[in-house]
Amino acid sequence: MAKSAAHVEAAHHDDHYPSFVRRWLFSTNHKDIGTLYLILAMIGGIIGGLLSMAMRMELMQPGMQIFGNPEMFNVFVTAHGLIMVFFMVMPATMGGFGNWMVPLMIGAPDMAFPRLNNISFWFVAAAFLLLVISLFVPGPPGTNGVAGGWTMYAPLSSSGTPGPAVDFAIFALHLAGASSILGAINFITTIFNMRAPGMTLHKMPLFVWAVLVTAFLLLLSLPVLAGAITMLLTDRNFGTAFFDSARGGDPLLWQHLFWFFGHPEVYILIVPGFGIVSQIVATFSKKPIFGYLGMAYAMVAIGVIGFVVWAHHMYAAGISVNTQAYFVFATMVIAVPTGVKIFSWIATMWGGSLSFKAPMLWALGFIFLFTIGGVTGVVLSNAGVDRSFHDTYYVVAHFHYVLSLGAVFSIFGAWYYWSPKMTGYMYSEPLGKLHFWLMFIGANLAFFPQHFLGLAGMPRRYADYPDAFAGWNMVSSIGSYIAFAGFIVFLIGIFVQFARKVRAPANPWGVGATTLEWTLPSPPPFHTWETLPRVK
Amino acid sequence: MAFFDRTLKFFATGASLAWSTSAFAGDGQPSPWQMGFQKANSPIMEQISLFHDYLTIIIILITLFVLGLLVYVMVRFNERRNPQPSRTTHNTALEIAWTVIPILILVAIAIPSFRLLFAQYDFPKADLTITATGHQWYWSYEYPDQGIHFDAIMVQEADLKEGQPRLLTADHEVVVPVNKNVIVQVKATDVIHDWAVPSFGIKIDAVPGRLQKTWFRAERTGMFYGQCSELCGRNHAFMPIAIRVVTDEEFAEWLAKTKPAAALDSAGKVAAAQN
Repeated sequence: MAKSAAHVEAAHHDDHYPSFVRRWLFSTNHKDIGTLYLILAMIGGIIGGLLSMAMRMELMQPGMQIFGNPEMFNVFVTAHGLIMVFFMVMPATMGGFGNWMVPLMIGAPDMAFPRLNNISFWFVAAAFLLLVISLFVPGPPGTNGVAGGWTMYAPLSSSGTPGPAVDFAIFALHLAGASSILGAINFITTIFNMRAPGMTLHKMPLFVWAVLVTAFLLLLSLPVLAGAITMLLTDRNFGTAFFDSARGGDPLLWQHLFWFFGHPEVYILIVPGFGIVSQIVATFSKKPIFGYLGMAYAMVAIGVIGFVVWAHHMYAAGISVNTQAYFVFATMVIAVPTGVKIFSWIATMWGGSLSFKAPMLWALGFIFLFTIGGVTGVVLSNAGVDRSFHDTYYVVAHFHYVLSLGAVFSIFGAWYYWSPKMTGYMYSEPLGKLHFWLMFIGANLAFFPQHFLGLAGMPRRYADYPDAFAGWNMVSSIGSYIAFAGFIVFLIGIFVQFARKVRAPANPWGVGATTLEWTLPSPPPFHTWETLPRVK
Repeated sequence: MAFFDRTLKFFATGASLAWSTSAFAGDGQPSPWQMGFQKANSPIMEQISLFHDYLTIIIILITLFVLGLLVYVMVRFNERRNPQPSRTTHNTALEIAWTVIPILILVAIAIPSFRLLFAQYDFPKADLTITATGHQWYWSYEYPDQGIHFDAIMVQEADLKEGQPRLLTADHEVVVPVNKNVIVQVKATDVIHDWAVPSFGIKIDAVPGRLQKTWFRAERTGMFYGQCSELCGRNHAFMPIAIRVVTDEEFAEWLAKTKPAAALDSAGKVAAAQN
């Protein structure tokens, strides 16, 4: 890492850096660990993005043009999902921005358990390695890699995939899960115990609330995933029959266990984004967030209710009509706190003094596009109509709107918002805006037509499709190329940011930036808040 | 509830006209650039389609409302037009409104939603029962009361006849009589599959070790296709469902022709070999 001028001018005892190995392999510094996570997330995004490009190239036209073996396409589907979820969004939002900003925002000198923080990171790195290895060992007969989708339904993932690829993926998830559980413990302890004097829970920034809620979701849901994948491991290797109906087990048990984790997981993916959007909207409206308590407790409500809706992923699996009816009701309830958040962001901007720098573009895009993804979620929550939409591209469209156009927009927004603070260099505003527009146009072109494909009946996880689906698939593929071009612009922008070395002030954003990190130099010294701030 | 049906139909007719005729919604199969559901061929699918039209109107209104607010806010309160931001952070009436109104909208959605769901599970008395079994990677069918059993394997592109859609055509079709209640029992032998027919509005996982069931009543004759809808391995995209809906007379002819050739019991098989 290049030493910035800020480092030179702050040449006091706060600022001595350890040796390279001590600093980057054995870190106990929340900023450096956050940086490591962001680098890992970028690598995850590149690999996950390349996988999706290959899939969209295959799906651009009917017939099989690129993949000789349709099972390989299924391997790409699986790897794309696992990598984007566990090695891009989660490391970026919690590991990256969470680690960097939570201690700064609450006036804490570091996380409660700085060395535990380090092992959390290296577990994720090792997990990523194991997952990549799984791509190169046998999975289903005749193919390498895991081909069961990120959902890994049994018995396809047990008896249906004899090779060791699934076992490698299971160990990868064991490590990634442990990493997140330890990280959750770290965040919860830090946020509950290490806020600076005067910063009550009801005064802390909404991003910190978001990380707190997400940490509880991780803490309570990941152990269930760990149990489920361990049961899958023993079914595959040690003669158990949890998911084997011929010997008294039930494939639906896997689904219940997986989705009991899986549904809170999708809130884990988006709630930090809610926090990021709140910070950005308040800053660029030069106005405090409207209805702070409503916003904080809406996130809590979404988190709590998110634990009792899991079987809306199982409407077609064979659960009873009364069970489906309960889950329809519970799932629709979540729309209420979510709506409160959308309207509160708009009310924040109402009467504000809006500036449209890159971070704000991403936040505005998020608010509109997450609304679209959210309303198609309300459609899908109705089991009667999900009968037609289950396992079609309508579902794919829904979750890409809330993820690629929700979570990813919040991540890019956070990057432009906080990278001047983290790196000490301003990004190029024209490149940032170009990135936004390419991604906005590209991702909408990629995913909006997928609603039509789902309505017309195109199933998901299909390497080839009936010819009638060709038109919208072509549009979707072209959109994905435009979005990928946007991603390239993002990477170029980072290079330019470090090459131009335009110094970033402590607060580049003006009066709207009221949280504690903006009172520190850009970049902050190695150790911050060794003298605690006093919060009024 | 009849009032509700009529109101639904009133609002939905316009929407479905726009949706379905805009891109020649296919009958029994998708058509190019289609933007809506395939044309319904069962009372349940009609109900799904109407309910979906109703939902779509609601979500379009909500989305346009949010978009409108965002555009207004961006135009009216940008820093050039409003250099002095207000400090308003509360408005109790507003906060109550945007909690209560969404609840009312959700209730308005929930009522027809539950009606639709319970209608799907209101199994009529069967006129015909068939069993669909998912295998890697084809479906097999039984007509247990008629003693018929056959496999349905996807027809490869090179072997397609004129007019047969690629990836949807199977070498043996499921033949059912029109306007009769058909109960379909669905199971699987190896991994989870899913038996789905979009134009009938049915979709149910085929789970090894479980016997699930669904039902339909087809209101028009013709060919109606579906595809496996649960990832099941290599040829997940290549195990279609092809249903031919025929008149009662044609169905009786088909039964007579098929029974000896596709008999379920060993006596039947012996009889076929002797012919």
